[in-house]
Amino acid sequence: MEQPLIKDGRRVDGRAFDEMRPIRIEVGVLKRADGSCYFELGDNKVIAAVYGPRELHPRHYQDAKRAIIQYRYNMAPFSVDERKRPGPDRRSIEISKVSREALEPVIMTEFYPRTTIDIFVEVLQSDAGTRTAGINAASVALADAGIPMRGLVSAIAVGKVDGEIVLDLNAIEDNYGDADMPVAMIAKTNTITMIQMDGKMTREEIQKGLEIAKNACRKIYQMQREALISKYSEEIE
Amino acid sequence: MYRIVVPGDFISKDVKRAGEGTYIFSNCVYAQRYGVLDEKDEIKVVPFKGKYVPRRGDVVIGSIIDISFPFWIVEIASPYKALLHVLEVSDDERIEFGKMNEYLNLGDVIVAKVRNIDVSMRIELTLMKEFRIKRGDRIIEIPHTKIPRIIGRHGSMIKLLKERSGCFIFIAKNGRIWIKGDENAVNVVSEAILMIANEAHTSGLTDRVAAMLDALIKQRKRKILTTSSATAENEGEGGNE
Repeated sequence: MEQPLIKDGRRVDGRAFDEMRPIRIEVGVLKRADGSCYFELGDNKVIAAVYGPRELHPRHYQDAKRAIIQYRYNMAPFSVDERKRPGPDRRSIEISKVSREALEPVIMTEFYPRTTIDIFVEVLQSDAGTRTAGINAASVALADAGIPMRGLVSAIAVGKVDGEIVLDLNAIEDNYGDADMPVAMIAKTNTITMIQMDGKMTREEIQKGLEIAKNACRKIYQMQREALISKYSEEIE
Repeated sequence: MYRIVVPGDFISKDVKRAGEGTYIFSNCVYAQRYGVLDEKDEIKVVPFKGKYVPRRGDVVIGSIIDISFPFWIVEIASPYKALLHVLEVSDDERIEFGKMNEYLNLGDVIVAKVRNIDVSMRIELTLMKEFRIKRGDRIIEIPHTKIPRIIGRHGSMIKLLKERSGCFIFIAKNGRIWIKGDENAVNVVSEAILMIANEAHTSGLTDRVAAMLDALIKQRKRKILTTSSATAENEGEGGNE
């Protein structure tokens, strides 16, 4: 990689260090699902569908005290440059697990014993940061499905590119950068529900990155909230 | 006028008035669900969507999906199935093993009341024998969260529907509505109810429903008149709607 990732204080796509890619949120895009959301983060395009609470089979999976949550992150074969072999792989199984655990703290599962809440996240187009986009979409879809929650979860990645801490890496920065750290949090209470890191950052860099990520999560939270509210308020007037 | 809330939204500090669809955290009331805020007497969030979870005393319409002595297993538009015991159907004569289908068979639709629910969500029903749904009666299903809108404030909407159509309308808590009467009137009522369910969150609904009902009834009448005169002309052909 000969070209610099940062030139004159700007990133490859012209963004500032603490600037996110544009976000678009649409609520209730699927008719069959109990709740759904389409989410765009720059060139990332994901769709989330929530079903349930519904009966869970096989029965030994049931929890007599609460609903269980099943999360499936899946990438479409056409979502990346090289065709992705369809089906779950090591990476998507891991993402499914961490994403589920990022959302579990807000869902009031105790109201629906013995059931399951199924979350499906399909990545239609990928440009680094799809797990965070998926969590954002799933969080809105859960609210849309009428599932009781303590708050919404918002997520974004920070990382290190050419020695600078930057927000929301795109595919080039992710591939040639030094570190990538996705963060999910409950914006209302400042509670981090997921944090991962690929690469190396110092303690100070992580702290700086976390602050940037937290600020961004609060912004995303506002957008998620507005998307949900505007779905009905247009008609109420 | 209406305030739409999203899970986690701060609502009030008046913890004592916290009601359904809210939760309390460090002496504040927050929204638990995505819906409309109602602060009239207690603080409630009326959700837009959500699955029906039965409560004791609810009247539901369900269909028999399985027989497993001594219970009928009833589907009630909820994540949970309900049970109806043989003693609920007949307490004077004993229903023998293997003869349960002679009383209620798979596919039969019943009106029942939730008698009991235990912590593991085992739901026991009691049959409301005074209401018998016959095969051919109309049952429509809407999200259970829209039921209060179908009833209206102090029953204004349901009264309107009943008076203008002359139909018998029975609303169950789980979102199923049983309509009985003249076929055209039943069609009109079904259409009106589906419209209410679709536009439940808008204001001035009762007036719009009244107008819609009148228009539909008029339209149907005209149609009946034209079709009946048409069938009178070319006799022998069935006058299908």
